Amino acid sequence: MIIRRPPDIPSSEITPESVYVNRRRFIRAAALAAGGAAIGPAGLRALADEPPQEVPPRFAGMKSEQDEELNTYEQITTYNNFYEFGTGKEDPHRNSRSFRPRPWSVAVDGECNKPGEYALEDILGPETMEDRVYRMRCVEAWSMVIPWYGFPLANLIKRLEPTDAANFVRFETIVRPDQMSGQRAPVLQWPYVEGLRMDEAMHPLTILATGVYGLDLPNQNGAPLRLVVPWKYGFKGVKSIVRISFVERMPLNTWQQQNANEYGFYANVNPEVDHPRWSQARETRLPGFRKDHPTQMFNGYADQVRYLYADMDLRRWK
Amino acid sequence: MSQKRAILALKVVLWLSALAPGAWVVAGLMRGWLGANPVEKMTHVTGMTTLVLLLVTLSVSPVRRITGWNPVIRLRRPLGLFAFFYATSHFLIWFVFYNVVNVQYMLADIAERPFITVGFTAWVILIPLAITSTKGWIRRLGKKWAKLHRGVYVAASLGVIHFYWLVKADTRLPILLGMILVVLLILRAPKVAATYRKRRERSATPVSTST
Repeated sequence: MIIRRPPDIPSSEITPESVYVNRRRFIRAAALAAGGAAIGPAGLRALADEPPQEVPPRFAGMKSEQDEELNTYEQITTYNNFYEFGTGKEDPHRNSRSFRPRPWSVAVDGECNKPGEYALEDILGPETMEDRVYRMRCVEAWSMVIPWYGFPLANLIKRLEPTDAANFVRFETIVRPDQMSGQRAPVLQWPYVEGLRMDEAMHPLTILATGVYGLDLPNQNGAPLRLVVPWKYGFKGVKSIVRISFVERMPLNTWQQQNANEYGFYANVNPEVDHPRWSQARETRLPGFRKDHPTQMFNGYADQVRYLYADMDLRRWK
Repeated sequence: MSQKRAILALKVVLWLSALAPGAWVVAGLMRGWLGANPVEKMTHVTGMTTLVLLLVTLSVSPVRRITGWNPVIRLRRPLGLFAFFYATSHFLIWFVFYNVVNVQYMLADIAERPFITVGFTAWVILIPLAITSTKGWIRRLGKKWAKLHRGVYVAASLGVIHFYWLVKADTRLPILLGMILVVLLILRAPKVAATYRKRRERSATPVSTST
């Protein structure tokens, strides 16, 4: 499952994505200006679009541990639920261009010995990034297979030294209505809040992602730092995290606050517990058309995570 | 003469704009611009188009009564039939892709999920209206025809409820459609209709009401 690959070149030698992206954009803009109107509408459209991402070659032919094909970079980055940028699936891709994920810092507070305001670089500094291919099952009954790039949340938590009173971890998404047009309407209560029980947060499958396909997370996917918990519905994967709090009591996550009838705190993928409005027994594996892909218990990670819920009624704790 | 031409022009506009969403979906399927989840996109486009066309259909009579321009009524049947066409496409997409052509899945969905129950009911109500939309049926049914076709009020209301119950959090659009529907229904209330009919008759000369 974990595909570790030692870097061939020291990270200091790697041109940061933002630099080469800007460089390409600059070159293209210069070429366009030089070529003038001769290039025509197609060229102008190319300028308006994000530069094409070159997926590193190591992903060619990569599959999940269940031998599933990966979704393409384009599918993963143009079809998103990120209400901060609008409620349509294409809205985040379309509306997130002016979002600035750098500089970034994360506030850490609550029941821990190392609270404070951490620059993103300090959070990522000691971590070794790795590729993780996970199924991502949305509560809306569609799914993708995504190669995330990130590190185990447990590593960070250990560094922050939570106290014995820390039973849960609570996460908050940034609030920036000037750059996040979706936040200008009270569709959800901002900031978006999610949480995990401490043992879920410490589980080796739980990661903080900083990228997909080995490239920096695009804004629409939750740049620069997001949670990925592969055995839970996608909405647990809180994006653009600016606050991590260690708390004693179960936090009220946004979707539960929005509609407690339909969304709970645990949100474990479970084919036997339907959403009140649709069956969770099957899913549409995108880009497929038919909702005929059987949903697996805990999204196929039951062997690794079942023990976390050994004595819990999963119908009640949905 | 010019009235005939005006209706013809309106009909051309009607056909082009009513076919546009369907053409966009078909072209998008072929050219791959429906995104990572084409079925969801097709479902949304056909559902939304159905609701908009139903509301436009329901606005024909009030427009006629308010303006006094009778020929506009000739747009009502094609509008209603286009609404039915999109409702049927919407139903078929749901049955084929979400219920994978499995009648048991479909019946379970209809029985267990209220938003599906109302949406399906709305479509079923539209079926006899579409069938009896021909001149022959209008003649045969006589007064009963008008009564039967009041079913469109129920279908449109259920359609809006279907939309409202479907969305996860963003209720702005279904509420907007619901408010438009309420206005269109209020304009039909006998007292309201009588008021603006009277006002028009008082203020305007009935010159333009040729058949």
